[in-house]
Amino acid sequence: MALLEVEDLTKSFGGVTAIADLSFQVPEDRVYSVIGPNGAGKTTLFNMLCGIYVPDEGCIRFKGEEIIGRQPHRVAMLGVSRTFQNLQMFFNMSVLDNVMVGCHLRTRSGLISAALRLPRVIHEEKQARQWARAALEVCNLDHFIDQRADALPYGVLKRLEIARALAANPSLLMMDEPAAGLNETETLEMRNLIRRICDAGVTVLLVEHNMGLVMQVSDRILVLDYGSRLAEGTPAEIQNDPNVIQAYLGGEVQYAV
Amino acid sequence: MKRLTGFWAFTVFLVLLPIAFPDNYYVTVVGGTALLNAILAVGLNLLMGYAGQISLGHAAFFGIGAYSSAILTTRYGWNAWPAMAAGFAFTGLLAFLVARPILRLKGHYLAMATLGLGIIVHITLVQTEGLTGGPDGLSGIPGLSLFGWAVDSDLRWYMVMSATLLLVLWLALNIIASRSGRALRALHGSEVAAEMMGIDTTATKTGVFVVAALTASLAGSLFAHQQAFISPDSFSFFFSIELVTMVVLGGMASTYGAIFGALVLTFLPELLVVFEDYEVMIFGAILMLMMIFLPQGLFVGLQNLLRRLWARRPAAAPEGDSHGAA
Amino acid sequence: MFDQILQFLLTGVTVGATYALVALGFAIIYNASDVVNFAQGEFVMIGAMSAVALSAGENGLPMLPAMILAVLITIGVGILLQRFAIAPARGASVVTTIIITIGASIFLRGVALLLWGKDIFAMAHFSGETPLHIGNATLLPQNLWVMGGAALMVIGVHLFFNYTLHGKAILACACNRTAANLVGINVGMMMLVAYGLSALLGATAGILVAPITFTSYDAGVMLGLKGFSAAILGGFGNPMGAVAGGLLLGLIESLSAGLISSGYKDAIGFIILLLVLFFRPSGLFGKASAERV
Repeated sequence: MALLEVEDLTKSFGGVTAIADLSFQVPEDRVYSVIGPNGAGKTTLFNMLCGIYVPDEGCIRFKGEEIIGRQPHRVAMLGVSRTFQNLQMFFNMSVLDNVMVGCHLRTRSGLISAALRLPRVIHEEKQARQWARAALEVCNLDHFIDQRADALPYGVLKRLEIARALAANPSLLMMDEPAAGLNETETLEMRNLIRRICDAGVTVLLVEHNMGLVMQVSDRILVLDYGSRLAEGTPAEIQNDPNVIQAYLGGEVQYAV
Repeated sequence: MKRLTGFWAFTVFLVLLPIAFPDNYYVTVVGGTALLNAILAVGLNLLMGYAGQISLGHAAFFGIGAYSSAILTTRYGWNAWPAMAAGFAFTGLLAFLVARPILRLKGHYLAMATLGLGIIVHITLVQTEGLTGGPDGLSGIPGLSLFGWAVDSDLRWYMVMSATLLLVLWLALNIIASRSGRALRALHGSEVAAEMMGIDTTATKTGVFVVAALTASLAGSLFAHQQAFISPDSFSFFFSIELVTMVVLGGMASTYGAIFGALVLTFLPELLVVFEDYEVMIFGAILMLMMIFLPQGLFVGLQNLLRRLWARRPAAAPEGDSHGAA
Repeated sequence: MFDQILQFLLTGVTVGATYALVALGFAIIYNASDVVNFAQGEFVMIGAMSAVALSAGENGLPMLPAMILAVLITIGVGILLQRFAIAPARGASVVTTIIITIGASIFLRGVALLLWGKDIFAMAHFSGETPLHIGNATLLPQNLWVMGGAALMVIGVHLFFNYTLHGKAILACACNRTAANLVGINVGMMMLVAYGLSALLGATAGILVAPITFTSYDAGVMLGLKGFSAAILGGFGNPMGAVAGGLLLGLIESLSAGLISSGYKDAIGFIILLLVLFFRPSGLFGKASAERV
């Protein structure tokens, strides 16, 4: 069974159809990328997958369970986590606190237990801190641990968002343009990070414009054009697909695999 | 216990103050009022400073708590403590019912909705004369006594207010340093990201709104018993603004800052009394100047100022000028 | 019964006209600078009080010069407010700007208190106090002054924003400040004009209605708040909506006060406010907006 199944998904805003009859499946433990020109509906798709938008038609199943109609925090409860195209960092908090928010679903103490500082709360705090540290280490961010989020450079913040999403121990990690605005070195680090994450047992759903990164890191690729599925397959298949070449890659371009 | 160092220092301070200045009006009476305001400010600070919501109607919950205690004890002969509990529950319920629709709003709309709520409550207090005594207020509210220990002097009220503030402060500090506290701040930082991390933002906002309302209700009940007489004048839009000012003055997201703001704003009129007719004008001017030049609050502003002065002291670091602005 | 309702309607339109002008002032400032000006009601108060003060006593000016001067003074206050309280805090958070304007409103009230104390002042009716009769309902000439004056101002504002270059320039600043700058619009100046215009509207409202409602140092508070409610009712950001909201609010208030209970009159405005905010935040004529994630 695929981890994520999308069937006949449709979404319009006013007169504009953002996504039209889209169907695809994301296999477990793989890096699955969604590419397409700007306006192809990639972020709209993401927002529907995590419950921020409600589709007009179609269904989305995660681990066999229907997602549509769930609020985002309830989608997160199923094991979905994400990063954002336009960085949604908690700038009012430290690096560690940011990532510890990621552990929210892995702990249980409520407002009253917290107010009374019950032993369970102290224990959970310690645990959350450990999990957060681990996530920071995976993303090579442990030396930033005591800094405030608003003092960090852009490239670091992109990784911090990933660390925060990882701290939730998700089954599916959705990354919306993680390489946007990164230079060559940072992009290479990002590629390695994505692979590390996938190897550790997390399925990655990636939206990205950097074709080099996409071709190198993906197991399967979905190509969107005007909200519809144009092609789907392995990087090699996509690179050689005439429809894709015509609509998107523009001519004969070879990418090192 | 590094986290609570400030708390214990503050406790010692509150205990020593009346010992160092016995029979001092400014300590027991004005200080007592400042402590009451501080209780209100700490609750409001959780809502405004940490969760980032605006409330321009907080005086309403203060008033509901006060009138619940007053009405139940004077008109129905209830004992003070059950009356306080009833007021507590009633305020909590009201806050819970109102929270959901109100907290869907943001920014100016939220500000105006809370403002409207506050004014509606105030007008209701004035209009329901049969119950509340109308604009003339309710008098004859009995005092408070704890297992035979009657709170019948300014000093004893100072002690009650101190104890209550310390309790509320302890609870607030615990909440802040926990999963719930992070959820509040996450909610303020980015609602959509908070949702994606599994935080039920609606429930969290409602929760902190109710907590703030409950704190206000508690303060209101104490106020009623302390004053023995209450009128709607104490629970108007202006007091809501004063409370917001206390929180902002102290710097949002700083619990001690909120207490500091309450202290400053309670003692300020005492100083301004000298200026009499100019009092209102000066208060307005201070508000404007504060928000224009020190929007992060006096507390944080002073901290920054001190930090910068400290960094510039003559015995500078060996690296010389390479640090630049701190 | 019909006569009673007619009376309430006439009162309602008069009061509504005042609310409309205040709401319009709110809308203009909000459109120009994204600021909710809690000192809006104070413009009304300053206009009325200045007119009274200038025309009082033996050395007082005749009514017309006094009123014109009062309006100019209020415009001056509006400009100073923008220049010294709002402009320095550009980019500040919503809470910060709200408190700044609240502080400004308290400050202005404090100045009024200092100058004129807590007394209530009356102003002479413009064309006498002989009531006019419509059926069995009565109308003071001043009511007509209020309605007529307000209508003129509203039309004037509409023409200004839609048919003059300056008006359009202000709207441009509201849409995109940077772009407006780049095409050569003096944004700072446009802001001053917007605030000055708002003050003009407020002062006019104050002067027109003072003969009927009297005025005092704190006459502006409730008016400002209700004007705000009216602006939200009509759809915040839509100037003509604000006007409609003001009239509607005045009518509803007057009818409920007359037919239901007058004690809760002031609460009506805020209950409507809450209902609008809960069920239709964009108001009657406003545009809904969405946030991009």
